[in-house]
Amino acid sequence: MGRQITISCFRFNPNIPGDKPRMQDYKLEEYEGMTLFIALNDIREKLDPTLVFDFVCRAAICGSCAMLINGRPRLACKTMTRNLPSHFTVMPLPVFKLIGDLSVDTGKWFRDLQMRTEAWIHTTKKFDFNALEVRMDNKIAEEIYEPERCVECGCCVACCITANIRDDFMGATGINRVCRFIIDPRDERADAEYFEVVGDEGGTFGCVGLMACDDMCPMELPLQENLAFVRRKMAGAGLKLTFPGIKL
Amino acid sequence: MSAKNTHYCDVLVIGAGLAANRSAIEAAQAGLSVIILSLVPPRRSHSTAAQGGMQASLGNVAMGKGDNPQIHFEDTVKGSDWGCDQEVAKMFCETVPSMIRQLDSWGVPWNRVTAGKKKYASGIETEDTKEKEGLITARDFGGTAKWRCCYTSDGTGHTVVFVVDTVVCKLNIPVHDRVEAISLIHDGVTCYGCVARDLRNGELNVYLAKSTIIGTGGAGRIYAASTNAVICEGTGGAIALKTGLVPLGNMEAIQFHPTGMPPVYILMTEGARGDGGYLLDKNMHRFMPDYEPKKKELASRDVVSRRMVQHIRAGFGVDSKYSTQQHLWLDIRHLGQKWVWTNLREIANIAMNFNGVDPAKELVPVIPTQHYTMGGVRTNKDGAAYGLKGLFAMGEAACWDLHGFNRLGGNSLAETVTAGYICGKQVAKYTLGATQDFNMKVVEDAVKFEEENINNLISGKNGKENVYDIRTAMGTTMMEHVHIFRTGKALEQGVAKLQELYKRSLKIGLRSSGQGANPELALAIKMPGQVRTALCVAYGALMRTESRGSHFREDFPKRDDANWLKRTLAYWKEGADLPTLDYEPVATPLLPPGDRGYGEASAGPVKK
Ligand code: FES
Repeated sequence: MGRQITISCFRFNPNIPGDKPRMQDYKLEEYEGMTLFIALNDIREKLDPTLVFDFVCRAAICGSCAMLINGRPRLACKTMTRNLPSHFTVMPLPVFKLIGDLSVDTGKWFRDLQMRTEAWIHTTKKFDFNALEVRMDNKIAEEIYEPERCVECGCCVACCITANIRDDFMGATGINRVCRFIIDPRDERADAEYFEVVGDEGGTFGCVGLMACDDMCPMELPLQENLAFVRRKMAGAGLKLTFPGIKL
Repeated sequence: MSAKNTHYCDVLVIGAGLAANRSAIEAAQAGLSVIILSLVPPRRSHSTAAQGGMQASLGNVAMGKGDNPQIHFEDTVKGSDWGCDQEVAKMFCETVPSMIRQLDSWGVPWNRVTAGKKKYASGIETEDTKEKEGLITARDFGGTAKWRCCYTSDGTGHTVVFVVDTVVCKLNIPVHDRVEAISLIHDGVTCYGCVARDLRNGELNVYLAKSTIIGTGGAGRIYAASTNAVICEGTGGAIALKTGLVPLGNMEAIQFHPTGMPPVYILMTEGARGDGGYLLDKNMHRFMPDYEPKKKELASRDVVSRRMVQHIRAGFGVDSKYSTQQHLWLDIRHLGQKWVWTNLREIANIAMNFNGVDPAKELVPVIPTQHYTMGGVRTNKDGAAYGLKGLFAMGEAACWDLHGFNRLGGNSLAETVTAGYICGKQVAKYTLGATQDFNMKVVEDAVKFEEENINNLISGKNGKENVYDIRTAMGTTMMEHVHIFRTGKALEQGVAKLQELYKRSLKIGLRSSGQGANPELALAIKMPGQVRTALCVAYGALMRTESRGSHFREDFPKRDDANWLKRTLAYWKEGADLPTLDYEPVATPLLPPGDRGYGEASAGPVKK
């Protein structure tokens, strides 16, 4: 027989009149290979059909299931219960709007981020259906892929001091997203144009450097490096805007 | 109460995976107003999980030299076991290279050709020339004559989804996420749109449009074990079937991928074998060459999956620590640390996260697992659904019929964007010429019907059946009766069990209050539709007394072109507890039926 575990879950459904935030305990028997995906579904199917949470891929690739597990933001689907104490807590991610229980609205937050940073390729070239692709060094393709791997789970936002106090802070994920486009030779934006979207306190200069994001990223993206890269670019662009003609 | 909000648009897109989003772009670029409905934020769609790549005959990599759409077409038709629509396949193969290049112009970081001599783990030695350097490269995939699978490291689906979604953002197409379409609204001739439930708060809303596109993906989750994401429940097909007018095509054609990893059945990409990985049995013997001397591990998926189960049945399976089901091993150790953790990093992570196994050093347990729904809402080559005007379907949700009875690896991701483009254009054309008067009585009735259904589920008026029990029973029935090897007897029993479950699914009563974003209610609403879908698969399989592609009948082990060169069309008549099956001929104007070059018909049973 497996270990008995107790999961303390945050419960609150804002759409049910009179519902109040509280913690609720569920007791389960653990079994081989149990992840939090399995455990929470077991709770829903056998103990409490009202429990709200989000899973899609259950393979740690879609970013749907981030939550605070014993206080740390992680992807629940790849968290094995055997690596946790027999009693642990699960809470929804802070910063994002609560939908209910463990589910938060990352979709809207990230769509706003894309719109605000204009996170798409800006080009004046018109696509020609009959032309060959523009050549690219394979190394550059691989470099673009690195920041592109972000799954927009929100872990780096949830653990970020600045994001927790400033509504307009785009977080490490936002800076990483911009970084992806700066590296991409197909994006024709000049540094000064990027400066407009990340060159303020809502962007690169809001970060106070605690770097929890770097430790918390489930994809292990080098968020700190990417931030430093974008900052250097933006500092240069900022100087150029202030002192046109300066050599950097 | 009536619907909370009514939204109007020209084109309503249900789903936000690649096919859906790509078609939305086409419609929006034609100047039409578009709304996308999605269960989840678009970037979390199951398209994201496609690891391997996209087939397109660019012919840039040395091993792809001389490739062209015609060869791709022949591979696709052979792969489909002559079950596909050849006109569609031809159009697809000719269009997909420009789709890859368009994705490139939108920002997909396709891996590129690097010049120089290479030695692959599989022993193949090649040289890529300077002349091709920097062009989009490709890797090997099953069932193909050339290396044709374009990729971005280990995350092709992810990058393509993200990039296509950047274009959706750029065009500012509204996405209503966390919304589930629960029924189509129609007047018997024309589709009006849908009734949808807002999964944030449980409210019902109405969406009315001149054209409605179903792009909701596959139905893998009708099986207890599937590589699919949990949202792949075949909902789009189910609401189309429910109209009684729109048929699902070839639902018995279900693909089982050779390498799902127990206990969670997450996919280990075909790229692992494409890059030179082996399959081993309990004696560490590489058994595939015994069965398939030519293609070995890279025969088509249906063939490899059957050979694996055949080998397990012969007593060579590995006892699992997770379940009673035996498994085999995937061995990619010889590809080396660097290759595994760069080009196959996503699956390396998955093996590490879920089984604590480093595939550069250890073996990964694998078992053939439900993976893809070749069938779906039957459409013509423009993507227009049979039976209702103004209704379209594309991607895995559709039976456009690119795949027939077996899809080639890398052809699904390629289909999503190509169908989204080709059919999206047709949707735009249709919509620009369409006028629509909505009979509001029809709309109100549709909403009332859904409301009443929800009230009955909450009050338990029709019964107190537990929705989770029914889902579990459906999943195991499909595993036991409608899996890789099928027989008339087992299928008959399966159909009977599903009919019983269907009756029970009409008597579901909630245990919870059903208020707000209630997940039990969400499942209860769609449960009868899922069992109907499962019945289309099981009953279609029972009636098809031949073996073709992934549909393998042990009691009818041969392909039977004289009687079965046809496509199943499953309709659901009101009040029925079984689909009504109809058939249409499958034409083979370009490539007449022949030998696939792999599989039982060519390689025969193994000689011991
Ligand atoms: S469910 Fe997709 S990352 Fe956890």
